[in-house]
Amino acid sequence: MVRGLSKAIQLIVQGDSALFEIVTLSLYVSGMALLFSTLIGIPLGTLLGLNRFLGRKLVVALLYTGMGLPPVVVGLVVYLLLSRNGPLGQLNWPLIPELFTPGAMIVAQTVISFPLVAGLTMAAVMGVDPRLRQQLIALGATPWQAAWTILVEARTGVFVSVIAGFGSIISEVGAVMLVGGNIEGRTRVLTTAILLETRKGSFDMAIALALILLGLSFLSNFAMLCLQGGGSRE
Amino acid sequence: MNNEVIYRLSGVVKVYQDRRVLDIESLDIYRGEILVLVGPSGAGKSTLLRLLNFVELPTAGCISFLDYEWREGRAVPLPLRRRVTTVFQQPVLLDRSVEANVHYGLRLRGQLDGKKHVQDVLSRVGLGELATRRARTLSGGELQRVSLARAMVLQPDVLLLDEPTANLDPYNVGLIEEIVQAINREHGTTIVLVTHNIFQARRLAHRVGLLLDGHLIETDERERFFEQPRDARTAAFVRGEMVY
Repeated sequence: MVRGLSKAIQLIVQGDSALFEIVTLSLYVSGMALLFSTLIGIPLGTLLGLNRFLGRKLVVALLYTGMGLPPVVVGLVVYLLLSRNGPLGQLNWPLIPELFTPGAMIVAQTVISFPLVAGLTMAAVMGVDPRLRQQLIALGATPWQAAWTILVEARTGVFVSVIAGFGSIISEVGAVMLVGGNIEGRTRVLTTAILLETRKGSFDMAIALALILLGLSFLSNFAMLCLQGGGSRE
Repeated sequence: MNNEVIYRLSGVVKVYQDRRVLDIESLDIYRGEILVLVGPSGAGKSTLLRLLNFVELPTAGCISFLDYEWREGRAVPLPLRRRVTTVFQQPVLLDRSVEANVHYGLRLRGQLDGKKHVQDVLSRVGLGELATRRARTLSGGELQRVSLARAMVLQPDVLLLDEPTANLDPYNVGLIEEIVQAINREHGTTIVLVTHNIFQARRLAHRVGLLLDGHLIETDERERFFEQPRDARTAAFVRGEMVY
């Protein structure tokens, strides 16, 4: 194990091309999924946090359910939807990705992370002083201006929601394995590569990948902690 | 104070969950006056201010503001709504600097310049040197002065004040009262102020109105209201008796 660890560090320091390719693809897939999650999740969370409407409780319950969905179940559902005989796979639209592509992995990871982004954004917005909205309207804000201002006030919580969303997908393996297939040079990411390398007995590579994954996970959690700590000091 | 009516309320009713909290048969508010509304807690004073600032709609009746008639189902045009603003009892400020808070209303209106105007107003309320301080680090009295400055900088036609000095020490009470009177005197701003404090009403008001259980019992010139009230309930309230 110690030998494996030292060889892993060597691979990282030397910038092994296979390692680099896997890390780059992981960041690309999870980064794009996070982008879509943010674009969907923050407006949805803000809407739910600021408004009361018929059916809101149902939507929130679905959101909370989504926050706890097992990634492998999400992978299964996306697989069935995108497969050639599936309802989306049959459509042959250019915007619908095929199975065993980074696009399919992005779809699956978006489904995993957007409930988290939306749910935590909703909580952050609801945590803003409820009298603020009335004060903003009294100062002449339109409903959109008031919503934007409240979102800015909740910015620490919103940043935390995005980081939590990233944390939930960078380290998941079930969904990306099912819809990506772990194809070398095409859909192999950190988590699926760790699985494969460990099974092959190639522990140097597995440990190197694990160290990088741990590093990314640690960085995201550390960033979250710093933001939360900074928020509470305010 | 002149005789131009800036607000006319007719048959204004506000109901929350089957509870009638406000029922005003008739009320005129004149341009340039300081109208002080007094009454016990739960009388409907704050509700009335929210209607006057168009933060909420009346359940029934009509509010006329600057010749615009606002009835149930109609939205008040934004430019009109922006000619009124409110200072609430508990100041709610943004997590920004004092200057940014005071500038906020101007930014809403697209006036991105105005730094000098903001600085002048801050100096006027005695906070010129605290412009760059984080607003939430200020004391209660300072916060309320920022809240007042935030309203003043907009130069509204109407300034509504919901118990602005309820939680303040005598120094800040005096300071804020002096600023309110100056706003009215120098700019002709119509002031509607809600308070429990009848002594404050005596000091500030041109006219005083008594609200009880959502009804406007009596409105009159200050001296007549306190010295020769027409209604027995007004007389009891002025004497400091419970009027429920």
